[in-house]
Amino acid sequence: MTALIVISLVGIATLFGGVFNWKGKTLWLAVAGLMATLVLNFMDWNTSYSYFNQMVKFDNYALAFNGILLTSTLLIMLLCSHHYRNVAQNMIADIYGLIIFTLVGGMLMTSYSNLTMLFLGIEILSIPLYILAGSNRADTKSNESAMKYFLMGSFASGFLLFGIALLFGATGSFHLEGIKTFLSNNPSSANNSMVAVGILMLMVGFLFKVAAVPFHFWAPDVYEGAPTLITGFMATVVKTAGFAAFYRLFSYCFADLSGLWVPLLSIAAVLTLFVGNITALYQKGIKRLLAYSSISHAGYLILAVLAMQDQSDSALLFYTAVYSVSTICAFAVLIAIKEVTGTDSIESLHGMARKNPLLGIATTIAFLSLAGIPPLAGFFAKYFLFVTAMKSGYGWLVLIAVINSLIGAYYYLRVINSVFTKNEQAEKIELNWAYNLVLILTALLSLAIGIAPDFLVNLI
Amino acid sequence: MITLFLIAWPLITGLLLFLSGEESARKLALVSSLVQLVATAFLFFSFQSTAETQFLVDWPWVQSLGIHFKVGIDGISIIMVLLTNLLLPFIILSSGLNRYDKSNALYALMLIMQSALIGVFTSLDGFLYYIFWELALIPVYFILLLWGSNRKVTVKFFLYTLAGSLFMLAGLIYLYTQTESKSFDIDAFYALNLPAETQKWVFWLIFIAFAIKIPVFPFHSWQPATYTESPTPGTMLLSGIMLKMGLYSMIRWILPVLPEAADHWDNAVIGLCVIGIIYGAWIAINQKDIKTLFAFSSMSHVGLIAAGIMAANVHGLQGSLIQMLSHGINVVGLFFIADIIYKRSGTREIEHLGGIRSKAPVFATLFMIILLGSVALPLTNGFVGEFLLLSGVYQFNAWYAAAAGTTIILGAVYMLKMYQHTMLGDVQTATADFAEVTLQEKLVLVPIVILVIAIGVYPKPLLDISAPAVNHLLEQMNSYTTYLR
Repeated sequence: MTALIVISLVGIATLFGGVFNWKGKTLWLAVAGLMATLVLNFMDWNTSYSYFNQMVKFDNYALAFNGILLTSTLLIMLLCSHHYRNVAQNMIADIYGLIIFTLVGGMLMTSYSNLTMLFLGIEILSIPLYILAGSNRADTKSNESAMKYFLMGSFASGFLLFGIALLFGATGSFHLEGIKTFLSNNPSSANNSMVAVGILMLMVGFLFKVAAVPFHFWAPDVYEGAPTLITGFMATVVKTAGFAAFYRLFSYCFADLSGLWVPLLSIAAVLTLFVGNITALYQKGIKRLLAYSSISHAGYLILAVLAMQDQSDSALLFYTAVYSVSTICAFAVLIAIKEVTGTDSIESLHGMARKNPLLGIATTIAFLSLAGIPPLAGFFAKYFLFVTAMKSGYGWLVLIAVINSLIGAYYYLRVINSVFTKNEQAEKIELNWAYNLVLILTALLSLAIGIAPDFLVNLI
Repeated sequence: MITLFLIAWPLITGLLLFLSGEESARKLALVSSLVQLVATAFLFFSFQSTAETQFLVDWPWVQSLGIHFKVGIDGISIIMVLLTNLLLPFIILSSGLNRYDKSNALYALMLIMQSALIGVFTSLDGFLYYIFWELALIPVYFILLLWGSNRKVTVKFFLYTLAGSLFMLAGLIYLYTQTESKSFDIDAFYALNLPAETQKWVFWLIFIAFAIKIPVFPFHSWQPATYTESPTPGTMLLSGIMLKMGLYSMIRWILPVLPEAADHWDNAVIGLCVIGIIYGAWIAINQKDIKTLFAFSSMSHVGLIAAGIMAANVHGLQGSLIQMLSHGINVVGLFFIADIIYKRSGTREIEHLGGIRSKAPVFATLFMIILLGSVALPLTNGFVGEFLLLSGVYQFNAWYAAAAGTTIILGAVYMLKMYQHTMLGDVQTATADFAEVTLQEKLVLVPIVILVIAIGVYPKPLLDISAPAVNHLLEQMNSYTTYLR
């Protein structure tokens, strides 16, 4: 709880950085604030306190996911100052502030124990994000992205709110506890259309937020138009928070009614995997490729929600952590490439192994990890997820996911191949220290988590 | 601990090699591989010839998921360890023939690959085994990508093998979920006793990975192009050692784990192998390119090894082990010879070659001996293995053995025909100034020739060392099948 208060205060404080023109110090304020929050977050470990009449509950599940959100934001924050170097100093403070407010929303989405809190969390997360998507004001694409994101996001929020209302009507409670008790005391509620429609609407809302097929249409355009850094932020922090919230609600409250939503969610998983991966095959730009890859990873993550088994929360945590780290690494590469070459086509990576070996190695590790090749972390994440799904009897879904990993490997390999393609004009590329730091950290993490996964596996 | 050394040493030296200069890289890699070879010799002499698994290392890795770092060596894996560590110095030496851009990275990848291969051959935990299996793929992928001549072929090879591996992973996960103690330990897998119906489909999930790697007909379509387009060290690693991962894994992870399924599908698999044997040989006869010819010939020979393993009797298994070693030695020699010919004459087309013997008699003689080993002439290494394999297949089914026996006949046909066209006959323009073997080339070819003859004349030590483990494995298999019935 202290973590949440501190990070909110830091967010407000960074806004003053713009007013009083603190320049570079604002970044350090934000970074120091995030680090402090990370420490405070884990100081609550094993306490499981509830606050505000059980509106939020900081159990280990919430704290672990908050750890991922904070770490991802920290890494992205480090990239900020150079990425936004052309933006006026007072505006960049706003961007820091908005990123932190988004994070606050995400932290509520992992820890809610009341559906109104869930809704508040989602809105706190979404509204700053709409602005961030349009933060490249001179670019029409960025504006388009913000507009689309706003419209579709509001739509999704509408679904969620409607679902929450219907559930409240049927069960008389906003509390997860209360809903669960009601549903288990009234097994016949599966036939209650208010419950059924409510659950399905909630599911649709979540699928919108995590960009799963068939509610993914907004994602590629929004991802492409938004400033690259913000795309990376959406693909990691927002997705992680969305899945944490999704899993928390569905595994806790609706496990007994799985007959209602499991078949539909399984179909969504299959569609997400195939559509995401197959469309990614045809992308020429790395940014769009990563957008579709992020859709396909939502498909894998749905497996964890479906598995609903004692280890599936760990599998979800592990997967989102690894996916976030590797994706941030990939986005850091993308940002650097785009700055240097001006394009984000896969060909722009040619000769990268010579031009900047660090960038070459980081790309290789990030994409091999996303493809799920051992001994990188992405492999163990997939493995763990598949095991939990298999234990719950989703062997057929695992087989489909396996086939999709193969399709995924193909387009990830294309990127790696490009890194090692010879390029005649191989002048060296120098990168900003912050980029180097983030590249090294994320690449090392992608490797280290794969070699020593035990800690993260047993975290919750 | 020596097992650990054999895995760690090439990995560490390989990683360090990335930092070394290009000039000294080959020498350093050679030293590293020779140290490894000495360690292997030491291993060989301290190995007790029993069925026991020795030099065991067992550390918990991811305990909550039943994953251990468990490696050890028994009479079966010791032959594979020997194969890997024996061939690597030759492969490194023979790469000196060509100048490779960024050669330190090439040698580094070769050493890392060696580490992964030893890992595959020694791991006794399903998960660890899978990690090493995939890890072996990454260095060879980069070798093919960076120094090979065709990227499309490389990507096809990677995806093909990855596809197999992923199905195997699904199979291994299934086995894991069925174990009582939720463990990947191979002993837990051995104790599974799955119902026959389940075994039958799990078999294909796992076998498909091996079938692609070996390759068994009809999963071979990646192979000829990959072998031809790869840089020679890549081809040698693939054909000499890497495909043996599939063969070895059949012995280790299929026969004792899914005995009932192996018993049920043996006809089908041996049938496929026999088709592959004849098909590979038949295509080899019509090949114009020496390297492609060797590729198809390799496919044909390997089919026989796979058939011998599926026959699951003493001769079949013993023969497969010794033939894996022999095939590795011969194929490295043959691809090196193809490389020498290409380097000197600028072509690998058989019709543009001829009369090399009159220009380079020593070279032609060395080639002849390796070639005879490959066509399994008595008193060469190929004979011991193929004889035992055919005998094994014969005990299983005489008709299959008769069909498989054509490898020897057809092999003699295409090999001798190729030899006649390239080494004998009139000197062509391409071969007009074909130089004699240099000292450096002799350093590779002469030891290979010695091994071809030595193993052919006196294979007993190798057979003795693997016999107890093979017998133990067969007993284990039979006790399960009878138990189930």
